[in-house]
Amino acid sequence: MFHVEHCAFPIIIRIFAAKKAPSRMFNQYDVIVVGAGHAGCEAAAAAANLGSKVLLCTMNMQTIGQMSCNPAMGGVAKGQIVREIDALGGYSGIVTDKTMIQFRMLNRSKGPAMWSPRAQNDRALFAAEWRNMLEQTPNIDFWQEMAIGLVVKDHRVVGIRTALGIEIAAKSVVLTNGTFLNGIIHIGEKQFGGGRIGEKAATGLTAQLLELGFEGGRMKTGTPPRIDGRSLDYNKMEIQEGDEPSGRFSYLDTPKPKEQRCCWITYTNDKVHELLRTGFAQSPMFAGRIKGLGPRYCPSIEDKIERFSERERHQIFVEPEGWHTVEIYVNGFSTSLPEKVQYDALRLIPGFENAKMFRPGYAIEYDFFPPTQLKPTLETKLIENLFFAGQINGTTGYEEAACQGLIAGINAHQKINEQDEFVLNRHEAYIGVLIDDLINKGTEEPYRMFTSRAEYRLLLRQDNADVRLTPLGHKLGLANDERLTKTLQKINNASTVLEDFGQWSVAPDDINALLESVGSAPIERKTKLLNILLRPHVDMQLLAGIGRVGEYLGQFDELALQHAEIEAKYASYIAKEQEMADKMSRLENIRLRTGFDYKTITSLSAEAREKLNRIQPNTLGQASRISGITPADISVLMVHLGR
Amino acid sequence: MYSRSNWEDTIVALATPAGVGAIGVLRLSGGAAISICDTVFRGKKLTEQISHTIHFGRLVAQDGAVIDEVLVSLFRAPRSYTGEDVVEISCHGSPYILRKAIEMFIAAGARLAQAGEFTLRAFLNGKMALSQAEAVADLIAAENETAHHTALQQLRGGFVLQIAALREQLVHFASLVELELDFAEEDVDFANRQELAALVQNGRQQIRVLLDSFRLGNVVKQGVVTVIAGRPNAGKSTLLNTLLNENRAIVSPIAGTTRDTIEESLVIHGIQFRLIDTAGIREAADQIEAIGIEKTWEKVRQSAVLLYVFDAAAIEAVDLRKDLDILQTQEGRNLVVLANKVDLLTEKQLSPAIKMALGDIDCIPISAHQSKDIDTLKEHLYQLVVGDKVLKDATMVTNARHYESLLRTEVALEAVSGGLEQRISGELLALDIRQALFFLGEISGEISSDDLLANIFSKFCIGK
Repeated sequence: MFHVEHCAFPIIIRIFAAKKAPSRMFNQYDVIVVGAGHAGCEAAAAAANLGSKVLLCTMNMQTIGQMSCNPAMGGVAKGQIVREIDALGGYSGIVTDKTMIQFRMLNRSKGPAMWSPRAQNDRALFAAEWRNMLEQTPNIDFWQEMAIGLVVKDHRVVGIRTALGIEIAAKSVVLTNGTFLNGIIHIGEKQFGGGRIGEKAATGLTAQLLELGFEGGRMKTGTPPRIDGRSLDYNKMEIQEGDEPSGRFSYLDTPKPKEQRCCWITYTNDKVHELLRTGFAQSPMFAGRIKGLGPRYCPSIEDKIERFSERERHQIFVEPEGWHTVEIYVNGFSTSLPEKVQYDALRLIPGFENAKMFRPGYAIEYDFFPPTQLKPTLETKLIENLFFAGQINGTTGYEEAACQGLIAGINAHQKINEQDEFVLNRHEAYIGVLIDDLINKGTEEPYRMFTSRAEYRLLLRQDNADVRLTPLGHKLGLANDERLTKTLQKINNASTVLEDFGQWSVAPDDINALLESVGSAPIERKTKLLNILLRPHVDMQLLAGIGRVGEYLGQFDELALQHAEIEAKYASYIAKEQEMADKMSRLENIRLRTGFDYKTITSLSAEAREKLNRIQPNTLGQASRISGITPADISVLMVHLGR
Repeated sequence: MYSRSNWEDTIVALATPAGVGAIGVLRLSGGAAISICDTVFRGKKLTEQISHTIHFGRLVAQDGAVIDEVLVSLFRAPRSYTGEDVVEISCHGSPYILRKAIEMFIAAGARLAQAGEFTLRAFLNGKMALSQAEAVADLIAAENETAHHTALQQLRGGFVLQIAALREQLVHFASLVELELDFAEEDVDFANRQELAALVQNGRQQIRVLLDSFRLGNVVKQGVVTVIAGRPNAGKSTLLNTLLNENRAIVSPIAGTTRDTIEESLVIHGIQFRLIDTAGIREAADQIEAIGIEKTWEKVRQSAVLLYVFDAAAIEAVDLRKDLDILQTQEGRNLVVLANKVDLLTEKQLSPAIKMALGDIDCIPISAHQSKDIDTLKEHLYQLVVGDKVLKDATMVTNARHYESLLRTEVALEAVSGGLEQRISGELLALDIRQALFFLGEISGEISSDDLLANIFSKFCIGK
């Protein structure tokens, strides 16, 4: 035996030496996606659906599409993003619809631009559905291993290297490493490497990227403890039900859930805060063991108590993790205090007196790469055909990650096939706002989308994402014919209704009773339906109360009518918004020379010189959005431009 | 694009007014300012001296001729007016010396500065904000005490501070609206409509104060255009002379003596009035006079204050009424009616007919000829402009660009108030607020959504 083995080694070595990488196990891929979270999954699906041969490389195939934090999709601004992903032909909306246990349209009391769909999901089903959809997508191969490096030739990525030492060749690579790059988990004074609790961190990639010349940074985020639902007393909590009937995310006819699960709300109190304070000395954040910046809008409970000490209570959302599991997510109680402190404090919350913990909350620190190093396509400026998407770019949130994955996947395919770049503008989609913000402003803390970040907020609605984007997605080859047909039908139907309403007059007798019922002034003479629709408190449903009108509207589907109504009511405001946006973008038309050395303009601040040199904005408008560029810097540039 | 050379040059200019004076100061600014000065200066070696020091020496021409004995002040970058190396040379104030010295500096490598270039460099080097740079221009051009005071105050950033306060208020208001939109699910107290209405009112109030100050500020900067009008021989020119204490206008008892308009400057308690004497208003006797009368009307239309003078002893009540009817239609002007030559009146009283013609119009009786009640008139003019506004320490908007932006901010905020009354939805309100922030940002620097979010995160406990 010994003899044989002794002989075998040189032979193996000879085989490897003769055949060099890439090994025969893998043919060259068009796109390798590293990471199978929300960004990685969308990237793989998009590239594959466009026709690229894709390898999805993940450390663990059991956690594809894992929701690392709360079991929910959507919310204000985020819900709009999911709708946009769906309108373009991405999967997130479909996966969410198929696995939701509760649906709510947030901001119903405000105008339609603010309506934001949000779903609670069954965490396990969500991940399973993602894996299922990817498995059903032709062109996607899977490989379970840690990618520890890139293969780079002449500033161009040509493959990845795995922990087993395999080199897999690819024309392009999309990195979506999430929180895994050199991830360190903190619970009280304990700390250990990990990308999620119970999962290994990814090492190697960061060091290589830094070596290649990338600038790197650290960020921090956190998650709350998970609780055994059987140990909670829900009678002491407020109940929060889903919308009836439920809505959905996808523009396709995905099934709506037949029943929904409810969530609960409870509150912390003085005693809880007092107890938590006893753990502050051991807090990794307050003690300075965590260097990375965490998000201000998603603070830990200890942060909330420290910064808003005047508040007597904080809201806690008690969210079920699925249809059948008893596991509960304690939304609002993100913490990295010692597990015993977490446990003791939880038990002081009404309804949690006997709570059993499944696992404690924790904080996690991870590497990111400031996104100012990216092009609008999410390709890196430094290494050709290398794309970044998701938390590696300093964002937070499944939706933010997913939409970047989609854009990176699309553009990886486009790039290697020498097709046009696919870039959305700020007036076209929240996705456009997000990427424009990232590549120009960069971000100091995990970046989350808010509606206030969009200057075209009234235009970027959840009801019209299909109208805005499906034609673009179809042209690209990602959104299928069914999507386009539905969208065009909706547009046509809506304009037909509005045209007809512009011609159709109703008599006072026909409508005054209805108007009075909603407190709207009666009409005195025959009036066009369109003019009546423009009134506040008047909607299609009310107008359908007139027999003939109801009959007429009956031939159109609900979404077309809703679209018509919103377009009509919002028209004048959208025009105003457009005017405002034009004003703000006056600097957009002033072009700057790329490749210019801003260091020669000594009158710019040192920070401005450095940032302008790095980002090389195309326009003065883009320059003005770069963080750290002051109005004075813009004035200086204008002086130098001779304006 | 980006002609760098312009900003690398060392520039030189006379810093004191041209003409003969006790001393004249030359100023050099730029990277080579000190070494250039060194080539013509005989004294200590300037390149080896530290910043903020003064050195005695001689300016020596290439042929060895001593031009002047001078004091040289050194300011090294960035601790100087422009942020560059600056040298100020105090020479004796002879135009020959100053001209010669400038020629020597140019020969040594400096370039003659363009108008405002020192200040432009100070701005480009971040030594002052745009509004401050504008204030410097005003300071240099200030013709009177109050304008000087205002310009100085702006230079110190007084206006900027007020704007910063206003900005903070608007950001807070906008944040409250955005809070409700982006964080509806959060457990925070949202501002109610009354609170928002009160806040926006407060902001508008501040803007209105600033807007009001512009009218005054403009007056301070440019002087109040004050037109003296009246029938021929009413004593307009005499009034002008009396106000000025000099014989500027040709006066005579012959009606129509003033055929052209005459402009003079009068300063009352620091406020400058541009007094404009005009040809009398009547049917012109000849063509030249007709031109003069036409000019009079033109001036009347341009005036901020209109001094209507009539001869209390000679005017017919009907004519007075006719004049007043015409002049009162000139809107937006402060009409001051002066009954002149009251010294000639019997019993020193206006006749009942004239009183009736005046109706409820206030009238100041004067005697321009005898300088009677002229001080009362001056005080009246001052009050008319300044009113109860406290001049010296009030922040004043004197810049038309700022005025325009504030005006638009106010219009946008008015729309916000209207929207609040009509109870329109928050995202629509936000449109008008964004507009207001945009216009205010033209003065204060851009207000971005990041500013609003930062404000929200600092004031409200956000985050599930």
